[in-house]
Amino acid sequence: MDATAQRPPASRRIAAAVKDALGTALVALGLAVPILALRTEQDIFNELVLQARWSYVAIAVLVAFAGRLLYLIAAAAPRMSRPRPRAGLTPAVASVAGRIFAGGGLVLLLLYPVLALALAGSAGAIKWIDNFGIQILIYVMLGWGLNIVVGLAGLLDLGYVAFYAVGAYSTALLVHNFGFGFWLCLPLAGIMAAFWGVMLGFPVLRLRGDYLAIVTLAFGEIIRLVLINWVPVTNGYAGISGIPRPTFFGIPFNASDEGFAAVFGLEFTPLYRTLFLFYVILALALITNWVTLRLRRLPVGRAWEALREDEIACRSLGINTTNTKLTAFAIGAGFGGFAGSFFAARQGFISPESFTFLESALVVAIVVLGGMGSQIGVAIAAIGMIGGTEILRELDWLKRVFGSDFEPAHYRMLLFGLAMVLLMIWRPRGLIATRRPSIFLRERRAIRAEFVGEGRG
Amino acid sequence: MEYFVQQLINGITLGSIYGLIAIGYTMVFGIIGMVNFAHGDVFMLSTFIALIFLLVLTQILGIGSLAVALFIVLILCMLLTSLWAWVIERLAYRPLRGSHRLAPLISAIGMSIFLSNLVQVTQGPRNKPSPSFLPGVIALSEGGGDGYAVTLSYKQILIVAVTAVLLVAFWYVVQRTALGRAQRACEQDRRMAALLGVDVDKTISLTFVMGAALAAVAGLLFLIYYGVVHFNDGFVPGVKAFTAAVLGGIGSLPGAVLGGLLIGLIETLWSAYFSIDYKDVATFSILAVTLVFLPSGLLGKPEVEKV
Repeated sequence: MDATAQRPPASRRIAAAVKDALGTALVALGLAVPILALRTEQDIFNELVLQARWSYVAIAVLVAFAGRLLYLIAAAAPRMSRPRPRAGLTPAVASVAGRIFAGGGLVLLLLYPVLALALAGSAGAIKWIDNFGIQILIYVMLGWGLNIVVGLAGLLDLGYVAFYAVGAYSTALLVHNFGFGFWLCLPLAGIMAAFWGVMLGFPVLRLRGDYLAIVTLAFGEIIRLVLINWVPVTNGYAGISGIPRPTFFGIPFNASDEGFAAVFGLEFTPLYRTLFLFYVILALALITNWVTLRLRRLPVGRAWEALREDEIACRSLGINTTNTKLTAFAIGAGFGGFAGSFFAARQGFISPESFTFLESALVVAIVVLGGMGSQIGVAIAAIGMIGGTEILRELDWLKRVFGSDFEPAHYRMLLFGLAMVLLMIWRPRGLIATRRPSIFLRERRAIRAEFVGEGRG
Repeated sequence: MEYFVQQLINGITLGSIYGLIAIGYTMVFGIIGMVNFAHGDVFMLSTFIALIFLLVLTQILGIGSLAVALFIVLILCMLLTSLWAWVIERLAYRPLRGSHRLAPLISAIGMSIFLSNLVQVTQGPRNKPSPSFLPGVIALSEGGGDGYAVTLSYKQILIVAVTAVLLVAFWYVVQRTALGRAQRACEQDRRMAALLGVDVDKTISLTFVMGAALAAVAGLLFLIYYGVVHFNDGFVPGVKAFTAAVLGGIGSLPGAVLGGLLIGLIETLWSAYFSIDYKDVATFSILAVTLVFLPSGLLGKPEVEKV
């Protein structure tokens, strides 16, 4: 039967679409009126006055109207009779493609500083290696670390930043109180964080899903508040500065006679330190990835994935869920601690401001958007989300379009939040939604993520 | 003794505000089993809407009567905040219903980040002091031997009275109207309710709208009480109100109010007698301890897991 024959005539359909879009515009007007139209500003008497900005409201309403109309037209347009490909690649092809992609990505990462140097020159390259390369790699590492807890064991942890903070503060305090160097602090910070992972994991063993998420959030906030208020040890809001940078087998990266440049007979530039830091974090991230991939094949890794799928079945089969959960918390936290230690050494200064809930949310978003359990997905999500928001700092040309008081960097987190919502709606299962089982009977087969439960543990 | 009574009064006032926000969390969790992470930021948004309308009425339209101005602001603030919540539910949560359970949580966290940054971008990052209202106080005691006078401000009376009236009205809606019945039906079994002709989508939307309307009342009261708002004010009150909902037993309306009052009292007394720096630590610890040892809360029903 012809479906189009039963449709109302085109003119009435268009009228209905316009009416619908007008309704959307009206809603947009209602949303925009107070918040967008009137800006509260303090005048010289420190009293609030209102500034009207009706043009913004007009733009918002027009955008809503046009957007809704286009959406309706697109939805009403007769579909081509081509069958929709079932979500892209077949699992087998995806797995091969994933491997090629991973190899290519690794080569690209190793060569990234060279490319940056070639394209931006030695002065411009520092920014690209530091703000993009190192920054993104820290989040890749955090994402991979949290992936053990969330992606493999299915324990939703919204307080991961606590372990990042423990790692960073352990490093800072060890340096200041005992004079340790970075390379000694790094493993100690990881051990401290893993210890805290067990400490905080122990009380929440019985919790699952959203409740677990909220309790871990509370723990993360408690640790941050203690860091703020325990002034004698942590120096409160003022933070701790003067954390030494990593050394190259004992050779510091400075302009002195014992510095890296002098020892190797090179001219001093801060570039060497940035390059070194880039390769350090790259190595740390790759170690995280390698350990995770190996752990997945061990009994404990299989127990994690079994736990994610069904905790009760897991227990019935005699798996010790307590130990399984605690190892996941400990190992995930340990990698968070390594990342924190690196962060402290890279910045040279830490304060509680760097360890807010927003950071936890960022890392969880990276893991979930990447497709929980998928290492490559997490890396892609980290590059997209962190790189995407960092690049807004660089878009100065937008000032010429929108006027000189337009500051693209202010919209970073706004767009980040919006991207989280839109990506979730677009791909609720994350970017890479297929996964390979770590053990299989007879033939290798990937499981579509729709058939995999998660976040229940 | 006077000091203690004063803290009790302050605690109940604060607890009323938390209770109003907590109802939004508890209802949404009851009906779709989701922690509406953006609820705290919806509350923050409502404080800004209230502030802006107060300024419009007093500065531009020049309405002299405070009672009239507050009433108009209350209505407008409830309407517009509800509209926001309705749109958020439509755009960010409804497409994810029936997806795996982390998806709406992540979407809600994204929405929370979006809302607080939207307010920061459009209204500026600074504290916004509101014009002061109802400065009067009633002295309940003359100040005893230690010279400490217990006072009850008009603001506090207003806050507790508005909360009480709204709770009665709200209780009536949930217990006695068709909408309330539909809500309770969806809470018990969404599929069965749909089969029996309940419009589940509409009921869920209205649940979000009602929660946001109560959060808007809390927003206006918060603005009147503290006299200053900030774009970051959604997170901590949001988590505290969620703690209240958990403490009272998530899914239970009287529990949310009871939890709110308890959290308000605990926070005030902790600040008064122990350490004001660690008052948020106290609340967060209560959240953790309740969830670990008493997951069904004070008035909640225990969750039975079927295999």
